[in-house]
Amino acid sequence: MKLTGSKILLESLIQEGVETIFGYPGGTVINIYDDLMGSSIKHILTRHEQAAVHAADGYARATGKVGVAIATSGPGATNTITGIATAYMDSIPMVVITGQVPTGMIGNDAFQEADTVGLTRPVTKHNYLVRDVKDLARIIKQAFYIARTGRPGPVVIDLPKDVQIDKAKFEYPDKVELRGYKPTYSGNVRMVEKAVKMMLTAKKPVLYVGGGATLTDAHAELLKLAETLQIPVTTTLMGMASFPTRHPLSLGMLGMHGTYYANMAVTSSDLLIALGSRFDDRVTGKISTFAPHAKIIHVDIDPTSIKKNVRVDLPIVGDLLDVLKKMNKKLAEHKDEVAQANLALKPWHEEVAAWRKDHPMAYKLSKNEIKPQFVIEKLRELSNDDAIVTTEVGQHQMWAAQFFDFIQPRTFLSSGGLGTMGYGLPAALGAQVAFPERQVIDISGDGSFQMNSQELATLVQYRLPVKIAILNNNFLGMVRQWQQLFFDKRYSQTCMELPIDFIKLAEAYGATGLRTSKPEEVEEVIKKAFDTPGPVIMEFKVSREENVMPMVPAGAGLNEMVLAS
Amino acid sequence: MRHTISVLVENEFGVLTRIAGLFSGRGFNIESLSVAPTIDPTISRMTIVTSGDDRILEQITKQLNKLIDTIKIIDFTGEEFVEREMALIKVTAEESTRAEILRICDIFRGKVVDVTPKCYTVEVTGSPVKVSAIIDLLRPMGIKELVRSGPVVLGRGPKGWKGN
Repeated sequence: MKLTGSKILLESLIQEGVETIFGYPGGTVINIYDDLMGSSIKHILTRHEQAAVHAADGYARATGKVGVAIATSGPGATNTITGIATAYMDSIPMVVITGQVPTGMIGNDAFQEADTVGLTRPVTKHNYLVRDVKDLARIIKQAFYIARTGRPGPVVIDLPKDVQIDKAKFEYPDKVELRGYKPTYSGNVRMVEKAVKMMLTAKKPVLYVGGGATLTDAHAELLKLAETLQIPVTTTLMGMASFPTRHPLSLGMLGMHGTYYANMAVTSSDLLIALGSRFDDRVTGKISTFAPHAKIIHVDIDPTSIKKNVRVDLPIVGDLLDVLKKMNKKLAEHKDEVAQANLALKPWHEEVAAWRKDHPMAYKLSKNEIKPQFVIEKLRELSNDDAIVTTEVGQHQMWAAQFFDFIQPRTFLSSGGLGTMGYGLPAALGAQVAFPERQVIDISGDGSFQMNSQELATLVQYRLPVKIAILNNNFLGMVRQWQQLFFDKRYSQTCMELPIDFIKLAEAYGATGLRTSKPEEVEEVIKKAFDTPGPVIMEFKVSREENVMPMVPAGAGLNEMVLAS
Repeated sequence: MRHTISVLVENEFGVLTRIAGLFSGRGFNIESLSVAPTIDPTISRMTIVTSGDDRILEQITKQLNKLIDTIKIIDFTGEEFVEREMALIKVTAEESTRAEILRICDIFRGKVVDVTPKCYTVEVTGSPVKVSAIIDLLRPMGIKELVRSGPVVLGRGPKGWKGN
C-alpha cells in the first residue's frame, strides 16, 4: 500500500518508539499536522519553535530517549537553531523535522523559504534534505540511528511540502547501512588493562567525569570504580548527578566555579582519569598549568575529543559504560593489589580532606536578605530525591550546580556547552511531559526567565506542574559579576531596571505566583509551591550583588582561584 | 607544514559544503581542493592540500572522519605518492616572443591548445613546483589569465585505497 510522505513520517516515528513530539505548525508542515489528528503520537504545542526544541532536549536528557521536535520552514526552522546548537554542544540525541517549500521552488526565495540544511549544518551531527518520498523511511531510520549512537547529537530532516504529499510504498527498514559511520563502542582491552595498572599504582589519582557518564547511564559502574579504588571524583556541569554529590569521594564540580578542593586535587594529581569529558576551557582554565603533574587517561567515544585541548598519555576510544565495565571486571581479578592501592591512597585522602576543611563550599547567611545559595539549599531539602532540576544560564545555574545535592542520575538538565539562556523553562516542560508524576523544578534568574517566559502558557495548557524558582536580583548577574571584578564595577547594560511583577505574569497565564524577599519566608514559599497543583512561579528577591565563588578568572590556572571573602 | 589528504566521500548533494564548512568553521586552512567522482560513481574523491602542525593535522583527519559522509581519509604525510597538477595559461604571444614561449613549453612538456594572432593558451601538467616554475618563466611575456586545478595525488605502489 502506498502512503503519503507525511503518513510515512508519522508511521516511521511510531516504529522508532516515539510517543511525544514537541512542535509548532505552519504552512509547510500543515499536511503532517493534518495527519497528526487521530495519530497515536502526542503533540505538545509550545509557544515558540526554540522552546519546542529545548523541550525535546529536556525530554531526551531526562529519559535517555531521542527527543523529537517539528517546525515549519523559514522562520520556524531558523527559530529552532538555538535549540539545535544547544543539543549539539551537549551531545543530546534529537531529531528535528522542518518543513520546506516544495522542491520545485527551492532556491527561488519562496515565501518562508530558508536554506535549513545550510543553516543547521554546523550545529547538527548530520542533516538531510529529502528530495524523493521513496528515500524518506530510510532517511528517518538513519536519522534516529545517527542521533542516538556514537557520540549522540541532533539530526535535522528538512522535508519539502511536495514530498509530504507524494506517495510511496512504506516499508520501514530493519537495518542501517552507513559505510562512513561506524562508531567504536568497545574499548581496547589492552588499553583498559594499562589504564587499570596506572590507576592501581597512582599516588594522587582523580576521576574527572563529564557528560558521557550521563549519556551512557554509567553511574552504577562509575560508583563501583570509584569505591573500589577509593579515587576522589569531580564532575563537570554535564557530569553532574552521575555521581552522588554527597558521597564521601565526591569533590563536586571542577573548573571556573568549581570547588576549591576539586581544583586543588586536579592541580596536584599524578593521574587524571577523564571519563566522557572533553577538557572544555571552563574546566581547564589555563591549559599550561592544568594538571601539570598528572598523567592523563582519556576515555571518550569521540576520537576528535582526544588530544584536542590537552596532551593525553593513554587514550581509550569507546563507549564509557563498556570501558568502565571492563575496568571493574579487571579490578575484580586483582583484589590484593586493590587493597594495597587503597592503603597507599591514605595520604592523598588526608591532603584532599585538608583542602576541603580549609575552604568548604560556603556562603554568608543573612537575616535581612535572601541569599540565593540559601534558596537552592532549601529547594533541595524540601524536594524529593528524584526531583528533576533544570536551569537557565548564569549565576543561578552555577549556584544550583554548587549547592543542590544531586542524588540520582539524569536529574540535572542544564545547557553546559552553548550556555543558552532560556533553556531551563522549556527543558523543564519536556522533562515534566516525560515524567508527569515527578517534581520538576526550573531554577532560573530574572534575566533568563524572560527569554522563554511564554512557555508558561504551554505549562498551563497541558497541566504540567513545573515549579519555577526565580532568583531575582534585577541584574544579569553573571555579567554584572564580571563587570564588578574585571571592569571596575562599570555595570553597562546589566541592570534590569524595570521590575517585573512575576506574580501578575504567572496569573496572566493562569499559573500561580508567589513572592518573598524575607529569608524566614523562603521555606514557606517553597512548601506552598510544592503543595499547589499546576505550574507555580516562586519569586525570591535575593541579595542583589552576591557573587558566584570560588572563581577562576578567565585565562588563569585552576589553582589561582578567587575565593569568597 | 604542507599536507596532502585524499578524502573519499559519498557522492551526494551537499557533501562539498560539509567538507568546506568543516575547514572554515574550525579555522583550518585549505590551500587547494579538487573533487570528482571515482571509478565507483557513488563515491567522490577529494584531494585537499592543507597546512598546520601535527596537532592540527590530527584534528583535521579526525574531524573529517567524524562526518557521516566521509568513507575514508588517506593522509599522505610521510608517504610515497605521485602528485600532479594541471594549469591552463593564456599568455600574450607577440611575434618576438612566440618562439621563446614554444621553447619554454617544450622544456616543460606543455602543449599549446589554443592559438590566436596575439595569444597562446598553454596546457601544462606536473608537480605544483613544476607548474609554478613555468608560470614564473611565462610571466615576463604577459599572462592574461591562468587557471590551476590544484594537485591530485595517488599513493605509489600496487595498493589501492581499499588496501588491496
